[in-house]
Amino acid sequence: MSAVIDHPEHSHAGEHHHGPAKGLMRWVLTTNHKDIGTLYLWFSFCAFLLGGSFAMVIRAELFQPGLQIVEPAFFNQMTTMHGLVMVFGAVMPAFVGLANWMVPLMIGAPDMALPRMNNFSFWLLPAAFGLLVSTLFMPGGGPNFGWTFYAPLSTTFAPHSVTFFIFALHMMGMSSIMGAINVIATILNLRAPGMTLMKMPLFVWTWLITAFLLIAVMPVLAGCVTMMLMDIHFGTSFFSAAGGGDPVLFQHVFWFFGHPEVYIMILPAFGAVSAIIPAFSRKPLFGYTSMVYATASIAFLSFIVWAHHMFVVGIPLVGELFFMYATMLIAVPTGVKVFNWASTMWQGSLTFEAPMLFAVAFVILFTIGGFSGLMLAIAPADFQYQDTYFVVAHFHYVLVPGAIFGIFASVYYWIPKWTGHMYDETLAKLHFWLSFIGMNMAFFPMHFLGLAGMPRRIPDYNLQFANFNMVSSIGAFLFGTTQLLFLFIVIKTIRGGKPAPAKPWDGAEGLEWTVPSPAPYHTFSTPPEVK
Amino acid sequence: MLRHPRTWMGLLSLLVFTPAHAAWTVNMTPGATEVSRNVFDLHMTIFWICVVIGIIVFGAMFWSMIVHRRSTGQQPAHFHESTAVEILWTVVPFLILVVMAIPATRTLIHMYDTSEPELDVQITGYQWKWQYKYLGQDVEFFSNLATSQEQIHNRDPKDEHYLLEVDNPLVLPAGVKVRFLVTSSDVIHSWWVPAFAVKRDAIPGFVNEAWTRIDEPGVYRGQCAELCGKDHGFMPIVVDVKAKPDFDKWLAERKEEAAKLKELTSKEWTKEELVARGDKVYHTICAACHQPEGQGMPPMFPALKGSKIVTGPKEHHLETVFNGVPGTAMAAFGKQLSEVDIAAVITFERNSWGNNDGDMVTPQDVVAYKQKQK
Repeated sequence: MSAVIDHPEHSHAGEHHHGPAKGLMRWVLTTNHKDIGTLYLWFSFCAFLLGGSFAMVIRAELFQPGLQIVEPAFFNQMTTMHGLVMVFGAVMPAFVGLANWMVPLMIGAPDMALPRMNNFSFWLLPAAFGLLVSTLFMPGGGPNFGWTFYAPLSTTFAPHSVTFFIFALHMMGMSSIMGAINVIATILNLRAPGMTLMKMPLFVWTWLITAFLLIAVMPVLAGCVTMMLMDIHFGTSFFSAAGGGDPVLFQHVFWFFGHPEVYIMILPAFGAVSAIIPAFSRKPLFGYTSMVYATASIAFLSFIVWAHHMFVVGIPLVGELFFMYATMLIAVPTGVKVFNWASTMWQGSLTFEAPMLFAVAFVILFTIGGFSGLMLAIAPADFQYQDTYFVVAHFHYVLVPGAIFGIFASVYYWIPKWTGHMYDETLAKLHFWLSFIGMNMAFFPMHFLGLAGMPRRIPDYNLQFANFNMVSSIGAFLFGTTQLLFLFIVIKTIRGGKPAPAKPWDGAEGLEWTVPSPAPYHTFSTPPEVK
Repeated sequence: MLRHPRTWMGLLSLLVFTPAHAAWTVNMTPGATEVSRNVFDLHMTIFWICVVIGIIVFGAMFWSMIVHRRSTGQQPAHFHESTAVEILWTVVPFLILVVMAIPATRTLIHMYDTSEPELDVQITGYQWKWQYKYLGQDVEFFSNLATSQEQIHNRDPKDEHYLLEVDNPLVLPAGVKVRFLVTSSDVIHSWWVPAFAVKRDAIPGFVNEAWTRIDEPGVYRGQCAELCGKDHGFMPIVVDVKAKPDFDKWLAERKEEAAKLKELTSKEWTKEELVARGDKVYHTICAACHQPEGQGMPPMFPALKGSKIVTGPKEHHLETVFNGVPGTAMAAFGKQLSEVDIAAVITFERNSWGNNDGDMVTPQDVVAYKQKQK
């Protein structure tokens, strides 16, 4: 091999930096991590708009008391599909897309470790979502049992399309597991010489931990939906008391997947923000080591808190106490992270370009979601919060300014590297402020609604909830339409704009800034040396 | 929407001139029981702890954002770790959590103590109504949404208790420890009355326990809190709490009524009487799925108008209503309705919307069928 490198004139076949193939087949057959990253990101954005349009239907119906636009049966399909599409279609693929693009660039690897599997794990997604969305047009309608699909509503009482839903979830699970295996294989095997684990950027660390979470819990989800399939079609009774099963078993299995899942959706954002805040504070990240340990602790704790989603199903007192204490403990490592980010900003030299705006909003608003999470952990108080809009407010505060703002921050931070152009800063700031205002207006009043006693997943409500629902809907429409501006900004950046230097941010650190912008089709064919 | 300024004005006036009950409520109420007040105190304590932590953390961040800007000529510092500080902010939050956990544990233990109740009420969730059974008292009834479809579909003005009103409220005595035994006959529901801080999932095949002791007579309202299908938003809970003597009187009256209903079963009914009674039963029980005009919502909820079962032999019709259709949303109404009501609703269905079977099912037929089942 070394002989080949010594004599480059003999190595055209293997070493020549050929560009991408031409036409559509480039995207269908690609094994290039940058192409696949791009595919994932575009797929995610399409799902984000689709899931968002479902949310617009929900908010339009809830704009006023009474039934105006949709019937309750369709409303339930909208809440279900909104959740499924956002979780499995928008947030998770976006992070896989970011991992595909950035992990090899950050660790100095030429590509992902398993490029063909990478292609397959992406192309499973359009198939899975095509199947899932097609259920809306089937007789009886699509899934209408909430994204948590509790049995027996999702088994005995489900529409016929539930079988397609189960198969779609199986495919998404396979895609996620393959993606996770790829990330782990890449990070553990393809790091540049000198890049020890404790020198890896935090985005790489958080993704490594996320990938282990995925491998641990996606099979549990697959098992869960398989049991549903057996109950529906093969006469078993896993989740039916009439046949000796237990509907609560479903919830235990689902949330054993579901709770780590919420960290799957937030940990990569932690990593991205841990790169962005130091860059725009022009100061190294405070407490790198404790950040790594905090992430690992959160991941570990996420496996032993699942039943806090089930405080009112009647688990015994001792179980209730255990899950309450374990859940409260998560506040400690999460607090460490927030304190570290605040300390990173302290006495820095701060500027507020779009990535930084989104990152700072991430820290503040995610912390508000963390506070309501701590309140929800207090089991007796949760008896009042459970299944109300307070919960809806809580998880939208961790997912919208958490996961989604984390993704926006990442896109603005790295898009100069991807496209070779600077984005339009004025428009990006407008995108931030409209999103910020819209998002808070949509979700903050939901805290009040929940505390006043409005249950979630209802298409109509008493007049006492009318005011805040209207405010919330207006905020949601603002947030939703603002995302079209984001689409415009991204397209504008791809088509042109100020040429980006290799390192457009003066405070940024990392190997990704050592390659030119836009990043060549093949990078780090020769590994860089990390000191 | 912009083309209709009047719509906007209407919305504006809705926002500004809302009646007193549509106030901008932002918080939980302390409720009507000792437990609900404990829960409220826990909620407020943790809320204020979060506020204080929030002020400190966000305060520091905003200070940085204002003072440590590059535009103020700030040179970045270079510190990036401090073991002492990091230990401090791991230990202090931990201690705060311990302080929080103590009252939470105490309240939770109290909430789980369902011993020595003075009255037992079994609550059963159905799609989409509640059944209340006073154990050992021979009194049981269903509690259905009382809000009209006209109000829901915006043809009539909505009143104060829109969607939070029922035909038969649960009646409970004040100052008495009541134990709830919560279960379900179909999917998972959740029985929630915020004023009592009682929320328990109703799970088919299992019985959950909860309890309350309500201080004052009054009317308390709640809703089903677990997604249970199409009309999840339309199965409210109303609890009418009476002083103990009034409650005893009410219970005695209900027992008498139950005895009268038994007499009704043996009465000779005419077809017209049954159809008239069945009309009411149909619209409270069946119309949610099969729709007011019997057109159904195929394929989940089949039409009854022209249906093979309804226009076929009446024995099969009775069997379907009585035992339900396993594996579908059609429940076994034999357990839910009285003999009279089953007979009435079947007779109504067979003689409405152009179904002209002309025959009738009498309460005695239902009794006979019941005997045969055993």
